[in-house]
Amino acid sequence: MIRATARWLASSIVLLFAVTVLTFLLAALAPGDAAKAILSGQTTSYTPEQYQHLRHELGIDLPLPVQYWRWLSRLLHGSLGTDLFSGEPITAALGGRLGASLTIIVGAVLVSALAGVGVGVFSAVRGGVLGRLVDGVSLLGLAAPNFWLALVLMELFAVRLPLFPATGYAAFGDGPLPWLRGVVLPVLALAAGGSALIARQTRDAMADVLTRDFITALRARGLPLRSIVGRHALRNAAIPVVTLLGLMFVSLLSGTVLIESVFSIPGLGQQAVAAGSTHDLPMIEGVAFSFTVIVIVVNLLVDLSYGLLDPKVRAS
Amino acid sequence: MTDIVAAVIAPPRPDRPSRHAVRDSLTRHPLTVAGTLYLALLVAAERAFRPRSPYDPQLQDLTHVLTGPSGGHWLGTDRLGRDVFSRLLFGARVTLVDVTIATCVFLLLGIPLGVAAGYRGGPLDRLAVRLADLLLAVPAIMVLLMVVAVFPGSDTATMITLGVIGCPGLLRIVRGSTLAIRGELYVKAAQLSGLRTGAILRRHVLPRVAGPVIVQTSLFCATALLAESGLSFLGLTRPESRGPSWGNMVAEASDAMSQDPWLLAPTGGALMLTVMAFGLVGDGVRDATMGRSAPPAALRRRTSRGTRAAPAVPAAPARTGEPQVLSVRGLSVSLPGADGQVTVLREVGFDVGPGETVGIVGESGCGKSVTAKAVLGLLPGGGSVTAGSVVFAGKELTALGEKELGRIRGAGIALISQDPAGSLDPTFTIGGQLREVIRRHQPAPRRQVRAEAERLLRLVRLPDPAGLLGRRPAELSGGMAQRVCVALALAARPKLLIADEPTTALDVTVQAEILAILRDLQDELGMAILLITHDWGVLADMCHRAVVMYAGEVVETASVEELYARPRHPYTAALLAANPHLARTGRPLPAIPGSVPRPGDWPAGCHFQARCPIAGPACGESPIPLTTTGPRHVARCVHTDRTERR
Repeated sequence: MIRATARWLASSIVLLFAVTVLTFLLAALAPGDAAKAILSGQTTSYTPEQYQHLRHELGIDLPLPVQYWRWLSRLLHGSLGTDLFSGEPITAALGGRLGASLTIIVGAVLVSALAGVGVGVFSAVRGGVLGRLVDGVSLLGLAAPNFWLALVLMELFAVRLPLFPATGYAAFGDGPLPWLRGVVLPVLALAAGGSALIARQTRDAMADVLTRDFITALRARGLPLRSIVGRHALRNAAIPVVTLLGLMFVSLLSGTVLIESVFSIPGLGQQAVAAGSTHDLPMIEGVAFSFTVIVIVVNLLVDLSYGLLDPKVRAS
Repeated sequence: MTDIVAAVIAPPRPDRPSRHAVRDSLTRHPLTVAGTLYLALLVAAERAFRPRSPYDPQLQDLTHVLTGPSGGHWLGTDRLGRDVFSRLLFGARVTLVDVTIATCVFLLLGIPLGVAAGYRGGPLDRLAVRLADLLLAVPAIMVLLMVVAVFPGSDTATMITLGVIGCPGLLRIVRGSTLAIRGELYVKAAQLSGLRTGAILRRHVLPRVAGPVIVQTSLFCATALLAESGLSFLGLTRPESRGPSWGNMVAEASDAMSQDPWLLAPTGGALMLTVMAFGLVGDGVRDATMGRSAPPAALRRRTSRGTRAAPAVPAAPARTGEPQVLSVRGLSVSLPGADGQVTVLREVGFDVGPGETVGIVGESGCGKSVTAKAVLGLLPGGGSVTAGSVVFAGKELTALGEKELGRIRGAGIALISQDPAGSLDPTFTIGGQLREVIRRHQPAPRRQVRAEAERLLRLVRLPDPAGLLGRRPAELSGGMAQRVCVALALAARPKLLIADEPTTALDVTVQAEILAILRDLQDELGMAILLITHDWGVLADMCHRAVVMYAGEVVETASVEELYARPRHPYTAALLAANPHLARTGRPLPAIPGSVPRPGDWPAGCHFQARCPIAGPACGESPIPLTTTGPRHVARCVHTDRTERR
């Protein structure tokens, strides 16, 4: 147990280090810098002295390793630095955005899990024409690009049939109902592809489990199908599905960039795009750091759930 | 000797489908063919049609904006009056080139690294796996955004990055396949015979990883296409000023959405069709190369009640007049085979009386287990009872639905099988599985259920029942697992226990214990047992009467003593003669020449005729009926008078 925890901790630190160094290097390689971006935002012309002065002030004239070291030592003190443009602490700036992004991503993962597992189980147990129809629909869900689906959903359910707001995000603090109405369309758009993937994985895993001997044995003991499928088969089929859910969560971090853009949701993805174009290094590092922490936490949850689902994993 | 070498060196054929089989399988997947055709057509249309397209994709015509589909503009025009169809074709080129770049990087990194890691092993393998794991956990969007910032607007750089980010998945799968192949005998033999590594990889390894690689590649193509269009939709790569791409056309459509949402249809349609085509190709190749296809519904029971009738076949009643616990008459069963349904049981009939133990004997593949499953309505997916009846405690089981059968199973008839470990759900504790069955049949308060579970475990003489409740099947030995299975079977006090080769998988000493438990429990609980076995010793030890089965038919039924003393079917006589328990010292054990004909290959007359020492012309003409040869003794042979104990 202690060894497993130590290994997890070590690999997490390696991952955090790798991602932040990589983004740091790439951000430094990008043509232009934050000083230029700030100055051209303020005035039409500026002197090289002004430019150099601002570079020094922002600390981006230092050698790269020094800059990274300064960022790292601040991190060890619990600070992600301040936004080069607004001067706001990065943690505060990201805090609000994290909520919006996580709401949509977690919502999409939940919807995918429920819809995908339901459809997959149905398809595995029923088979036949209905099963194939379900497969076909799931293929459509898989193929529809989420940003396009978002536009279609917006046109249908916000413009034609104004059930939900077309854009914007209301924080949960502003009342649960506006919050819920605001996230329905983004969550659906983001969840379509994932639901289809989960459905296929569940169907394959379930079909495999349902042919195993212990299923026949459970039936021979007179247990109702509901319990055999819902308790026993599903639990045995769950491991690949949970693995996929974890991978999906990570890929939704990318997907949410597009969805946030379509629905004008102030989330991490939007912030990442903006920070990338303005060379706001502390902000870039902050976003990269948050993304990586999310990945690490999700992977940990996935590993823990393996232990709950399969005693063999826990033993080893 | 050379044969052995050849057998070792020859790559295994059966698990590697021939070209023929792959082609057949492809034609059985019309959608895969459609997907491939679509992709070919897309490339061809882009090549052939674009130069001749009547419209320049950038040509604006402000007098014809947002026209919608028409004869002049097949897919309409956009806000600047540009022809959408031409732009779509132009965008196809951009998209396909981009996807190709990403896929090349994906393959060039994934295959060599995967093969090297899997084939060489050692530190290289560990390093590759670590790196792959690391790369898989990196949030792709962060890296892509940074690359876009370094190379503004360059889709080549982004696509190369996408290939790098995607390759760990391929690497892992190629490594896994290579690892498996490396361990196989023929590859080891090739190594020993001095074949160079390059040749081994080319001849033996690469062909066999081809299937998974194609599947992964088609999935990656779909992902790359979605990512490419997404980035271009955001305006990060391929800005609108540099000509149309499918992604920026969706962005364009989104800007025009309030005026005319139609523009969403052609772009979205093109994207969806192409992604689907990639997916379908991958699915088809997967099914063709890995022999997987849409699995049949495993739990659906097929019944064809209309055609079923119980023929009047004598079944050698045990004790006439007394009600039987189980009475099977004229039971015929078919299972799905390669070419449609195949009959695997033909007119099987027998009885089991109260408290009686009846054995079913025969070689493997004679239909013993299918009989047991058919009685309980547990035939595997697609199997069905085509004729006959199964009467248990006065109820016709073949006419019952799944729900009613659920009440009979466990409580009326219980089953234990030859693979005790496989009969337990590996993810549940022993206690969990026992409690579930107990609650199902006799709902009771929690504490009482637990006490009952412990009592059942004591009944099958398992030590420390309380401790055992919390353990999982993987922690038990085969003998313990089989005792747990017996306990589970007895939970609802069944009237009949069907034991399907309950001791075959166990050590000899454990076998004896399990049989002793079964015998004692039978005396204690007064249940009947239907014991399926191929062991004459077990039969003599346990059973009152025996049913001999051969190739899907009952060939002889009699009391065990009678069967030993006066077998009337040549198959019974041959089986007895081949029984090691009764072998006479100094004489070779006579084996039965040939093997059991497979269902579907049964001859018209007697199923045993090809292996029978006394077969004559009368045996091949028509199905042989059962004839009564003595009190409660029937045999399916025209020469019952000529068979005796050898």
